[in-house]
Amino acid sequence: MTDTHDTRRKMPLGLAQRGYTGVIQHLSAGDAGSALSDIELESRLIELGFVEGARVEVLHEGLVGRDPIAVRVDNITIAVRRREAMAIIVA
Amino acid sequence: MELPLLHLALVGTPNSGKTSLFNALTGSRQKVANYPGVTVERKEGFFVTPLGRQVSIVDLPGTYSLRGRSPDEEITRDFVLGKASGEALPDLVLCVADSTNLRLTIRLLLELKRTGRPMILVLNMFDIASRRGISVDVARLAKELGVPVVTSIAVRKGGTADLLALTDEISAKLSAEPAENSWRALSVAELRATQREADRIIADCVSLPARPDTLTSRIDSVVLHPVGGLVVLALILFVMFQAVFAWAQPLMELLNSGFDALGDFVHATLPAGLLQSFLQNGVISGVGSVIVFLPQIIIIFLFILLLEDFGYMARAAFLMDRIMGGAGLHGRAFIPLLSSFACAIPGIMATRVIDNKRDRLTTILIAPLMTCSARIPVYTLIISAFIPAKDVWGFINLQGLVMFGLYAAGITSALVVSFLIKFFMLRDYAPAPFMLELPDYKVPRLKSIAIGIYTRAKMFLQRAGTTIFSMMVLIWFLASFPQPPAGATEPAIDFSLAAIIGKALEPLLAPVGFNWQIAVALIPGMAAREVAVAALGTVYAIEGGKEAAEQIGQVLATKWSLATALSMLAWYIFAPQCASTLAVIRRETGSWTWMAVTFTYMLVLAYAASLLTYNVAVGLGAG
Repeated sequence: MTDTHDTRRKMPLGLAQRGYTGVIQHLSAGDAGSALSDIELESRLIELGFVEGARVEVLHEGLVGRDPIAVRVDNITIAVRRREAMAIIVA
Repeated sequence: MELPLLHLALVGTPNSGKTSLFNALTGSRQKVANYPGVTVERKEGFFVTPLGRQVSIVDLPGTYSLRGRSPDEEITRDFVLGKASGEALPDLVLCVADSTNLRLTIRLLLELKRTGRPMILVLNMFDIASRRGISVDVARLAKELGVPVVTSIAVRKGGTADLLALTDEISAKLSAEPAENSWRALSVAELRATQREADRIIADCVSLPARPDTLTSRIDSVVLHPVGGLVVLALILFVMFQAVFAWAQPLMELLNSGFDALGDFVHATLPAGLLQSFLQNGVISGVGSVIVFLPQIIIIFLFILLLEDFGYMARAAFLMDRIMGGAGLHGRAFIPLLSSFACAIPGIMATRVIDNKRDRLTTILIAPLMTCSARIPVYTLIISAFIPAKDVWGFINLQGLVMFGLYAAGITSALVVSFLIKFFMLRDYAPAPFMLELPDYKVPRLKSIAIGIYTRAKMFLQRAGTTIFSMMVLIWFLASFPQPPAGATEPAIDFSLAAIIGKALEPLLAPVGFNWQIAVALIPGMAAREVAVAALGTVYAIEGGKEAAEQIGQVLATKWSLATALSMLAWYIFAPQCASTLAVIRRETGSWTWMAVTFTYMLVLAYAASLLTYNVAVGLGAG
């Protein structure tokens, strides 16, 4: 991990613009306001590869409300709504 | 000595190429059924290893973990643990990985290892990985994981040779001792730990290239563009429906003349009488008029399977998520709803990918509004009889355009109904998450697609051979008995049971412009929508003799007004009558109420739409 990522401000992936790149710092399912329970949301995010240290890049956005977003997580692409992406804290 | 059948189970994440490996191993030696008590599709295939061992292999539903958060995933978990009722504990588990994307599969494999089942990790699509510059230290990976690893290229001839040889080698050494199962549901911390362990192993054994899949990102920059992507989606759907109408035509005409020739042969060979009438009017013209639509069903499945295989379906779900969300639908509902264009039954069954109960229920309720292939016969018949085949704006076929309009009307009404359900019935609705892998694009595997189409075509023909055939016998009977008294001058059918039933229903249907012949045809249409066409064929054939049977479209053009024809089209946008769909809704929702709700609301919509269409058309002078 480079210094730029350590010094960059932490933010939820749910607020990231198209083209944003960063590294996952931690998961915070309680902040997402998802319909899923915290444990369920966190488990699903991990199963799709959203774990600490993974590199993410926001590749695409939907038309309505720039939602959902397509996120490159290491070498796969995952579509996720911004609401759930709020649980992924990146920097 | 004959060895017992070797039981293999195929496990993997969605998009791992599991199904293409399954197809490569078994070819067309497949059996599709349901697991007892649940409506999860069970796909079993058979093959023989190079050393002559007979193998049965089950393609389990794709999953990211053994947590079992949907009925499909529970089957995968229970099957591997030997807890699925009536299933043998698998002798050997094949864990399939997409070689270009090992992270999620290695994590799944580490979890699977705890079940104690003998296992092989199959690195599928190894050719694509090599081409992208991904190199895997297979020997080291096997050592780190403690599981034999083999590479395969399911789509290439001989691409599974190593896997077959290894299966032979391992099955010879399988011990009869029960293996230790230490699996239990993982906590979040354990899940995270296994993912880290998987990432560490991958870092040690796999070297990734600097360049990602540029082709996928280039296609996605167009296909997932917020505006451009929707234009592409609309174009794809438009081409699909034009193709269903235009490409199938020559083949359908060929089938049609085939059945006509067969009917003429029967007519010429057998003496005039009941048997001749039964075979020609009941069996051949009835069943034939349904089988004629096989080309269209094949084309629609060809498109759906191609798009699925190419990797486009997940993109369509991404594009449609928020748009469908406005109508209270989940992005994942897009795939079941698209499948419903082929048939609502697989569509409703496919709603199992939606884990939220309410999202799933809404999708089930509107799935029958998608124009299924069984409506195509009805639409085609009426359109070709009443809509001129001219071009508008120089290049668009007017018949195709009307067809597109009917599909659009189905989709629009589905969105409106869904919105109303959300608004009135499920008000405390919290949007369920949408999380979906967008797989890299792949060249569709022709063999897989051919097998997929073959399976569906077989199902359609089996239906034509059983349900539709028995309905046709019934219709023929109703339309032929009782026989007219000697010396009667009216057509024979006027004395039949069919006429009695039809005329009893006529007052109810007169306001929407339906005559008693249509009323008769709607009844067997309950069994399957396309039977209505066959029933009309039989009714008019018995009424008008041989000439009428040959060109039912021309007969309709002389017997119906344009207003009646349009009213019939409007009716069929909603047409609630399909007993199999209603049965599946009952089974999937576990409730008679939702089945009754579906039937009632569709009937009301059908009647209202026909009433409106008929009266507007008559008002405009088409009566």
